[in-house]
Amino acid sequence: MLITCPYCGPRDVIEFTYQGDGNRTRPQPASQDLDAWNAYVYDRLNPAGDHNEIWQHSGGCRAHLRIVRNTLTHEILSTAFARGGHKSAGHKAGGNQ
Amino acid sequence: MADRQLPERQSPERQLPERLSPLEPVYHPGSHGNFEHGVDVILSETRPGSILQLAAWPGEEKRLIDAIRKVTGLALPDGAGGGISNGGRAAFGFAPGKFTVVDEAEGLAAAFAGVVTPAIGTLTDLSHGRTAIRIAGPKAEWVLAKFFAIDFALPAFPLGAGRSTNHHDVFAQIQRSGADQFDIYVFRSFARSFWKALCHASEEVGYEVH
Repeated sequence: MLITCPYCGPRDVIEFTYQGDGNRTRPQPASQDLDAWNAYVYDRLNPAGDHNEIWQHSGGCRAHLRIVRNTLTHEILSTAFARGGHKSAGHKAGGNQ
Repeated sequence: MADRQLPERQSPERQLPERLSPLEPVYHPGSHGNFEHGVDVILSETRPGSILQLAAWPGEEKRLIDAIRKVTGLALPDGAGGGISNGGRAAFGFAPGKFTVVDEAEGLAAAFAGVVTPAIGTLTDLSHGRTAIRIAGPKAEWVLAKFFAIDFALPAFPLGAGRSTNHHDVFAQIQRSGADQFDIYVFRSFARSFWKALCHASEEVGYEVH
């Protein structure tokens, strides 16, 4: 299984670490809303199909990635940096030729 | 006790300690392995004086690239994994907004002081923390392909470009410094183990240690 890192290009899945469900919204740290915290910690969609996920390219550039993966086929539908700002996304071959 | 002289290590003029190679006990210059039919790779430790890691805050990448160009005189290209090497100096991107810059001379960190300001990013001197290993020769791609699951062919890994990957949890930053030459930067503490593995992997093609 290959995941195409926006920085490094296609790499084997062993270089990546799953960081969890990408659909969660963390409540404000000061929030007293127990239902919101409960949902953040426990509620998961667990879909049979496309799923938003956070991964880290832990064995490469170490960037955190937002990935859409199909849980039935393991097809990777999209990859992007989890954090905005580094918009030079899109693997380029690089080099001084 | 109060008027005791400062120990030498606190003196501002102190020199960095002499660097010893972690490969020394297993570094055996000469021909090894199956070299009767020719030596197809040459392994060496390049021992650069300066190995720096520079990182830009989000949005400051262009300014950091400009600073690297200014200080090193290298035409560092923008873009993922872009890099350049001119023999004595080398620079390449290894992660978004992060760069490795190498100089065969010591003291490159001092040259960046005041240029890479806190508003642009950070500078970390890794000169004593990384070991630089060079593999060159017609079978260099072949040997490295046994270690790393990346494409070493020239069109996919152009001259000067850098790649971050790992071999059995040993992180490696690899730069192509020639058509059939690669420079590999590994953690100093893992360097001896990696070097021994590299020697084993090179036996079948015949290798020479310089």
